[in-house]
Amino acid sequence: MDETLQAAATAIQERFGAEVHEYAGEINLIVAAEKNIEVLTALRDEFGFDFFIAGTAVDYWPQEQPRFHVLYMLYSMAHNLTLRLRVPLDGNAPSLRTAEGVFANANWYEREMYDMFGITFIGHSDLRRILMPKDWQGHPLRKDYPLGYEEVRFTFNYADVDRRKPLAKE
Amino acid sequence: MTDAQQVRPEELDGMSHLVSERALKGETMLLNMGPQHPSTHGVLRLLLELDGEIVVNCIPDIGFLHTGIEKTMESKIYIQSLVCTDRMDYLHSLGNNLCYSLAVEKLVGLDVPPRAQVLRVMLAELTRISSHLIWMGTSALDLAAMSVFLYGMRERELILDIFEMISGQRMMTSYIRPGGVWRDVPAEFEKAVRDFLDVMPRRLDEYESLLTKNALFLERTVGIGKISTEDCIRWGISGPIMRATGLPYDLRKMRPYSGYEQYDFNIPTHDGCDIYGRYLVRVQEVRESLKIIRQALDRLPYGPVRSNNRKFVPPPRSELGVSMESLIHHFKLWTEGFHAPAEGVYASVESPRGELGFYLEGDGGTKPRRAFYRGPSFANLQIMPILTRKHFVADVVGIIGSIDIVLGDTDR
Amino acid sequence: MGVEQKTGNMGVVTTTLQNVVNWSRTNSMWPMLFGLACCAIEMMGAQASNYDMSRFGMELMRASPRQSDLMIVAGRVSRKMAPVLRQLYDQMPDPKWVVAMGDCASCSGIFNNYAVVQGVDEIVPVDVYVAGCPPRPEALIHGIVTLHEKVKKESLTKWK
Repeated sequence: MDETLQAAATAIQERFGAEVHEYAGEINLIVAAEKNIEVLTALRDEFGFDFFIAGTAVDYWPQEQPRFHVLYMLYSMAHNLTLRLRVPLDGNAPSLRTAEGVFANANWYEREMYDMFGITFIGHSDLRRILMPKDWQGHPLRKDYPLGYEEVRFTFNYADVDRRKPLAKE
Repeated sequence: MTDAQQVRPEELDGMSHLVSERALKGETMLLNMGPQHPSTHGVLRLLLELDGEIVVNCIPDIGFLHTGIEKTMESKIYIQSLVCTDRMDYLHSLGNNLCYSLAVEKLVGLDVPPRAQVLRVMLAELTRISSHLIWMGTSALDLAAMSVFLYGMRERELILDIFEMISGQRMMTSYIRPGGVWRDVPAEFEKAVRDFLDVMPRRLDEYESLLTKNALFLERTVGIGKISTEDCIRWGISGPIMRATGLPYDLRKMRPYSGYEQYDFNIPTHDGCDIYGRYLVRVQEVRESLKIIRQALDRLPYGPVRSNNRKFVPPPRSELGVSMESLIHHFKLWTEGFHAPAEGVYASVESPRGELGFYLEGDGGTKPRRAFYRGPSFANLQIMPILTRKHFVADVVGIIGSIDIVLGDTDR
Repeated sequence: MGVEQKTGNMGVVTTTLQNVVNWSRTNSMWPMLFGLACCAIEMMGAQASNYDMSRFGMELMRASPRQSDLMIVAGRVSRKMAPVLRQLYDQMPDPKWVVAMGDCASCSGIFNNYAVVQGVDEIVPVDVYVAGCPPRPEALIHGIVTLHEKVKKESLTKWK
């Protein structure tokens, strides 16, 4: 592993109590939810991780503690290194402070996390649905949200499904 | 929502905190460039706040093409999810396949034979050329240069013929799979690619003679839609938009994948930061892609095109009649699929629009827990307010064309 | 029979009003630009010079629904886009036809989930379905020609 990356990982580990997990040459830093803004600011200002690649979330249902892991993927233009930050969140009313002040890019990624997973971001300037219609109920990418598929029409059930399908007449 | 339609402040439903006070009082006009519009390159809705003809603010509204591909990929085994990846950034479908295959190979630790690496590079560059041809055609069409569109589609047919020759499908080929490529290329492939390489540079000169020094084109593109390098880094913009500000950041050189470090090519940049700079960068990129394809074709080695690791890659059909283990592997892989560890990996490639990435996390089973697609247009579309501030309405059309968005990778 | 033989040289042709109306409707059917996703690229390819659709009368694609009579729904229709589609269909003046191009418009293709409308015929009545993912330009032209044959058989009095 690169020395700069090693130094950054060890520094974050000592200062903020993060765990370091390595797989396939990539580093995951697991940080508690209360410290996410401090870690992001330290990574951006002191260690040169100034490019915010993407932010997303993973759902670990039916495990409730923690249920979500919010991921921030960062890149350093000066040192050419990538890093991933994981923030575990609990299942009931998950919320996190917004990273919009640190990385301007995070605006739409956090809106998408709110839309798809229901994670609220405290202090976000414009938290509303981005991909689904504005009056949609539910958060689609959660594991307990159904896929919503329609029954496939074979020859044996063609007449049944056809009767129930709402076709437009005019 | 046919063509542009004025929006009354009480119809804003949820977006009223984004427009200025003057709009709510009625001093500035709110104009809706609706989801169905000839110049928005897909279903994108832009809410423009206009002071006369000058744009004060521009708010993009996406989600009209949301297909739930990420949730669909969570319910299919890894090899089945590959088919869904074609349709995300539909102009660069082989590149999506490549990114997904790189992520799966990183996750389970698969090797790729050298012949497959070279084929992947060639096909990725051919896809890049076809995407740039469509970009050039549609954005020139928006600025009323219609003949470039017809010429671009004519060249693109040559590339689609090559894709059809190797995989049977013109667009959504699903040819690049984890472990290599699907099957070996036929004997006519090399001649077809060499003919294309001979024809293309002269045609590119023709298109450049139509646009590059055209006074009308220069009037509409020089100095319009500027963004600085610091803003690009702040907003996570990559690709030709950043290269047109002067920074030679290209994933093929910075974080090379699939053997790109062995090829000799330059990264075109321009200092203009405007639409014209992006146009020049993209045309030069097509020339560099032609160089890479020629080098790849010259060094194409003999050998297998799929990995030998039968635990993850299905065996070729010719083996099924003679080997019992091949039959068992084939059966297990196509009915149940392989198991991936409960780890997360991120793989990225350079698409014609910027950095395209896949974050794949397994859960120990045969289906991915999370397949997240980092589409470049999702990040690139956020800078629309910055690019269009204080420009005329007619420039908005040119600016959207220059960012080269594809709504498939924004909305997935 | 005898009348046409005698009057053909003088530039007179006899036919029925229904034939003339159907013939004029088919030969200058203008499609509306409704390309949503990947099928739109193949539709653009069908409009370009290699597989020319102008020889079937579709020289231009009108962006405004008020000036078009054919809506080619090319691509997947998401739930957010469905009301827009219906509004555009309502804004088109009669007579109008709909071609569902591609698998996603006909039956939602490979996307059997919450976000895609399962076949665009849940929203608008469809005349011709063109299969393929995406359909080749030749398949789209075959679909258009099938629609032309359907229109030629339409009756003037039974138009709703």
